[in-house]
Formats: sequence, C-alpha cells, structure tokens
Amino acid sequence: MDKFQKVISTGVPLPNEDIDTDQIIPARFLKATSREGFGDNLFRDWRYHQDNSPKADFVLNNETYKGEILVAGRNFGCGSSREHAAWSLHDYGFRVVVSSFFADIFKGNALNNGLLPVQVTDDFLSGLTSAIVADPKTEITVDLVNQKISYLGLSETFEVNAYKKECLIHGYDDIDFLINLKSEIEAYETSSIVV
Amino acid sequence: MGKTLFEKVWSAHVVKELDGGMDVLYIDRHLIHEVTSPQAFSELEKRGLSLFRKEKMVATPDHNIPTKNQHLPIKEALSRHQVDTLLANCAKHKVELYGLGHPFQGIVHVIGPELGITLPGRTMVCGDSHTSTHGAFGAIAFGIGTSQVAQVMASQCLLQSRPKTMRITVNGGLKPGVLAKDIILYIIAQLTAAGGTGYFIEYAGSTIESLSMEARMTICNMSIEMGARGGMIAPDQSTFDYIEGREFAPKGEAFDKAVAYWKTLHSDQEAIFDKEYTFDADDIEPMITYGTNPGMGIKITKEVPLSLGKGSQESFNKSLAYMGFKPGESLLGKPINHVFIGSCTNSRIEDLRIVADYVKGKRKAANVTAMIVPGSKQVEQQAISEGLDQILSAAGFELREPGCSACLGMNEDKVPAGEYCVSTSNRNFEGRQGPGARTLLASPLVAAVTAIEGKIVDITKHLN
Repeated sequence: MDKFQKVISTGVPLPNEDIDTDQIIPARFLKATSREGFGDNLFRDWRYHQDNSPKADFVLNNETYKGEILVAGRNFGCGSSREHAAWSLHDYGFRVVVSSFFADIFKGNALNNGLLPVQVTDDFLSGLTSAIVADPKTEITVDLVNQKISYLGLSETFEVNAYKKECLIHGYDDIDFLINLKSEIEAYETSSIVV
Repeated sequence: MGKTLFEKVWSAHVVKELDGGMDVLYIDRHLIHEVTSPQAFSELEKRGLSLFRKEKMVATPDHNIPTKNQHLPIKEALSRHQVDTLLANCAKHKVELYGLGHPFQGIVHVIGPELGITLPGRTMVCGDSHTSTHGAFGAIAFGIGTSQVAQVMASQCLLQSRPKTMRITVNGGLKPGVLAKDIILYIIAQLTAAGGTGYFIEYAGSTIESLSMEARMTICNMSIEMGARGGMIAPDQSTFDYIEGREFAPKGEAFDKAVAYWKTLHSDQEAIFDKEYTFDADDIEPMITYGTNPGMGIKITKEVPLSLGKGSQESFNKSLAYMGFKPGESLLGKPINHVFIGSCTNSRIEDLRIVADYVKGKRKAANVTAMIVPGSKQVEQQAISEGLDQILSAAGFELREPGCSACLGMNEDKVPAGEYCVSTSNRNFEGRQGPGARTLLASPLVAAVTAIEGKIVDITKHLN
C-alpha cells in the first residue's frame, strides 16, 4: 500500500447525499479479476451516456474541477461491500474523500487502500463545497499526521483510528500484522468454546 | 452488568485486544464467491502465503452467472473467466466448492443456512454486504471488502473495531398481508438509510419471535440497508428445529451439546444497549419504496412524501426525478411492466410458496414480465417437488435457475432503462437492476399481486 502523510490539492465537489457504491462503480463493471483499471468506470452512469459519450453536466467531465480530493455529500459509500468502489476512486486519482458521514464498510475498504476518508462536520462540509464552487483553485490541505483538514485559513480536526493511521503513514496493511499473530490465533482455536 | 447477545458472541471470538479500540476477531466460517475473491487469492499468492484454514471456507458462484442454461458454458467471456477463476483458485487451494450444477449451489446467503453451515454463536464473513442474513441464527455475520477476504484467508482473523449495540423491538401480531419484508422496509423507513451506521442491531420482541427462520433471514439481510454492520436475532426453538438434520450441522450428542450452548446466547435482562427502538406490529402495513435508497419506503396506500426529514431537498428531488414520481402523489394505479422475485432477501422456498399460493389459477397481466429466481438448487428442487413450477408457469411467470440475477444486474438479467420493476430484492439504487432501471422494493406478496394486476394496488383488497 502507498504511504499517506499529507495531500495538498484542489477539490472536486460532488454534494449528493447517500452516494452508494453502485453509483461509484456499477456491478456490471465488477467482472475483472485484478485490482487495476477500475478508474475508467468510476461513476460510470453519471459520467457517461449509454452510448459512452460523456455527460457534460457531470463534475468529472468539467475541466474546471480537478484534484486528488473528492468533496462529497453525507453518507458516502453506502450499499454494497465491493472494494472496487475504493479501487476505482484511487485508480482515478483521488487520495482523499471528504464527507460529513461515511458508510462503515466503505470506510474500512478505503483505509485498506491508501484512500483517506475524512469525516468533517456538516457545516465545514458545506463551507468547503461552497468555497470550491466559488473558486475551483481553492487549495485544500489534508494532514494525516496532525489529523487536520484546512482551506482558506479555516480548519477542522478529524478522527482516524490510531492503528489505521500508523498503517497509512508507513504503508503497512492488516495482513502484515495478522500473520505475525499465528501462535496466538492457534492458542485461541484450541480454547474456543464455539461450535 | 448483563451482556447483550452481540457482546457474548463477540467476546467469545476475541483473540487479542489491541490498544486504540481494535480487536483481533476470529472468524469461524468464510463464504466466498466469484466477484470479490479473485484479487484476494492473487494477493495471497503475491505474498507467498497459503490459506490458513481452508476447511473453514466454502465457495459458490452466484453474482455473475446466467440463470438460464446453467449446464452450458457461460456465454459472456468476462463472466466465464471470473467463474473459471473461482474454480481454478478453489481447486488449487483445495477449498470446498459448489459450482454450477452442483446440488448445493446457490446464493451464498441462501446456501449457508440451508446446509447447516450457519450456526448460532458463530462469526461469519463474506465479501458481500448481505452477509448480515446469517445473523438470523444468532451469529455475528457481516460483509467485508476484498482486502479483508485476503486477511481472513491468511489468518482466519480480522482487525475490527467493536461496533455499538442497538436493539429494535417489534411487538404484536401482524396484519393480514404483512410479511417480514414489510417489517424491515418499515423499520428502515423510520431509521433512514444511515440510521444504523456504526451499530450492530439485535431484533427482538414478540413479532420477531413469531417469525419463521426464513422470515428472520429477510429481516437480518436488510440490516446493511440502514448502514448497520449487521443484524442478529437470539436463537430459540425455531432456530434449533431448523438446524437439526442439515448437512453440516452437528449431529446426535454433538447437536445436544451445541443446543445447550446456544441456549445461553440471548441478551441478559439487565443488558444495556447504546440505542433502542420499539415498534408496534399494528402500525406496519404492506410497504413499497418510491425512491433510490431503501429508506425511501411508504405504506403502499400512502403518498410519496414532500421531503425526507433532515436530508437534503436537492438529493430528494433528484431521486424522485430519477424515479419519475412527484412529491405528494399516490403510487396506486401506476403501471408496472416488470416483476422480479428473487435475491438473498426473498428467494427461499417460503417466498416461492407465498407467490405460488397467490397466483394459483390466475394469470399475470399482459404488460408484465415476471421472473422468479430461486435462491439455490435445493430451493429449486423443493419448488419442483411441490409442483410450484407448474403453478408459476401456468400463471405466466418464468422460473429461472439459481443466482443473484436481476438484484444487481451483473449478468444479462436486467430491467430496461426507464422501466419500473417491483422487486423483492434489497436495493433500489439508481441503475441497480440495469442502467436507467427504476426499482420499487416490496414483499413477495406485493410482487405477486402486482404481476397479476399489472399495476400497483392496495394488496389488502386482493388477498385470497
């Protein structure tokens, strides 16, 4: 996994609420057996017409907005557990998703792929979204080490699990950690009362 | 202090507690399918790791398979490759596999319980969010991403933060025509699509206790549609009776011993939940959704609301525009051209019986395409042995072979753009059943009545 410490970038606003993983990557694009290439179909049905021509009014097709930070609406990533949602965002070039609320499984999947979910207050989110729309060149700083997001002199701190933070900063993942617990896991198995 | 059911099962699986609120949680059973496992197998191979406990895994293809002519090679190249990859990975790593044509094949969440793999007190995971289904047996079961699939393959464990606990109690007798699907659509409409996020739910109360195991599975299945990590129900005599004699369930003395343990798996009287809701079964009527998330549900006779509480009006309007509905209008009388009965929510034998019982001697409306997809080979065989296939076919329904099918439109079973589909599945997201498709979630009974009438009606006036 890539190391993650700080991202300074402009942002892409997508203020819809309840963006589910079927919108992020529709099921018919989950047929690949590798992790690569899902970015091409990120937000497929919002981004392209059925004849594959781009939908001009969708933000990813708007040259004005670019950057590594997606600024989305509340309850981002609800629905299916498909990790392809995190892969497609990362593959497209996003390193951070900002929202005021994240669905559980999506949040875990993002953290396991070097994509940082930054949960802010509703007020901060609407301020940030308005600032980007007013000036698409607005620079946003996401500092994982200090757990702080800032733009135009405004800032807010965000929560991140201490263990996952260490993993992101150093580029470790859970497999590295778990396979070193083999003897403890075997000891658990011997003592388990579960049928 | 008393413990909740959830806390009892969770505590029994903690291998190690870490600083910062994470637990190393042991996983008793791991179900895999073709879509979310190939990258996990590759990850393991890339690191030179082998499966830690292959005997605790079961595999079946379900998401990306045709539901017609399953005895023939899969036509679509990418789908065929994905299913072949599952077969090759299972052969190489010696994982138990129920491939196409195997008598145990089916939707992962249908076959787990029917084979006795799902047991009270177990922890179960699968790379699929509807793994919450297995909670109906008093198991802790939840969906995971592919990186976690690889973690379980490598260590039989996951690093997990302990969710908060919520109890949803439903008391009283159900009105005629009200099924488990209506109960859960009603609950989600009350709590919203994010109302359960961060929680593990226990469903309790006299209404829940009176439900069959299959109905309980429908309830737990949709816990994820409120954002909850999972849902569970305390095991009782109905649970033990369902499990006894199933293929992989404990037998004889081992079964008795297991039941003695399972009987301890309930929330203690003095247990405290982080959040509690109580509902009265008398308030629940046949439900239908009108929007693009499962929280957007109403009683079938009521009007589409003008807004969605504290949610953004812009998102609400966008959702209604997608569905082609107006705020404040009734859905009664809306023509419906597609009916889909299936998915891990409602594709079990009781669901098929409900549909067959209603449509017996009737004929679907001319405008309707009605598809019914059993959840497993065992469900399919049972339906045939009971003659349900004949009844359904005489009513103009097409009975397919088992799979996830039009629930997620990953195979060729799709609803055309702009068309309405009354579906017994679990998600009404934009494009879920095909690009541009408009999904209305409902019970198998509502779906059956809709198929016969060709439009949305007050089903309580049409009961047999």
